[in-house]
Amino acid sequence: MGLLDQRFQNGNILITSIDNLLNWARLSSLWQMQFGLACCAIEMMAASASNFDIMRFGVIPRATPRQTDVMIVAGTVTLKMASRIKRLYDQMPEPRYVISMGSCSNCGGPYWEHGYHVLKGVDRVIPVDVYVPGCPPRPEALLEGIIKLQEKVRKESLVKKSA
Amino acid sequence: MTPQEIFDDLKKKFGDVIVEGKLDASQPWIHVAGSSMKEVCLYMRDDECLKFDYMSCLSGVDYNDGKLGAVYHLTSMSHKHKIILKAFCTKENPHIQSVTEVWGTANWHEREAFDLIGIVFDGHPDLRRILLPYDWEGHPLRKDYKVPEFYDGMKVPY
Repeated sequence: MGLLDQRFQNGNILITSIDNLLNWARLSSLWQMQFGLACCAIEMMAASASNFDIMRFGVIPRATPRQTDVMIVAGTVTLKMASRIKRLYDQMPEPRYVISMGSCSNCGGPYWEHGYHVLKGVDRVIPVDVYVPGCPPRPEALLEGIIKLQEKVRKESLVKKSA
Repeated sequence: MTPQEIFDDLKKKFGDVIVEGKLDASQPWIHVAGSSMKEVCLYMRDDECLKFDYMSCLSGVDYNDGKLGAVYHLTSMSHKHKIILKAFCTKENPHIQSVTEVWGTANWHEREAFDLIGIVFDGHPDLRRILLPYDWEGHPLRKDYKVPEFYDGMKVPY
């Protein structure tokens, strides 16, 4: 990556083509790590079922973090679980993304005021790319979250664009 | 058997350990001294007329005046009667005798009461926290509980 930076500072036709190809390949096969913690997991399952079919976007659930691109944190994150989430996030290979699904993992949700063991938002332990609001979000909202993540991946580049 | 009959039967057998019975409440309950819970409960489970073989719930309570308590909901599957037992203790000396050997389900219920309210059950085989992490400080469901600022590097309040 360092050599490419030096030689192709502004990005020429070769880099843009490779960029487009790589980004298209990555966004069409965002394998997800199924991380259903609470009620949002049911909506995630509904999104994976036949009516809303998340697999047509290329999103396959994998049980191990080593083979995934995106971690969809669905449900309430307790303090006890937060250290495990950090460990699993560290085990994901790059490029990795995180979608925070539902109120609880966005900001603590309905437990923001009195929850003594709830982590108020999973972004206190891992960096989040897309927030999907809702309690729980409808499956179509989760699909829109995936599409937003795909748009974010589409804009990525091998070289850093200089001003 | 009616709650009054159950109360009379227990009072005759155990005397002062059965402190009083609030039998005209919508759910009649009997106040039992905490230090002899196991003896009373063994009799209630094994006696032919009482036969309380099912403990549906054991809850810890903080009554907000320095008193803690444990509430036992007992049912008899064969005679189809129910009763509630209550045992009280203070915050300075939060000890109640464990009934784990009487009903096996009491094992986890007492662990939960210990974890959240802080009642120590004497004679429990494995009294440790069940819901919160083992290094958590404090008992959250007490009325005077303060949420900690940080746990394990994470900020807890909103």
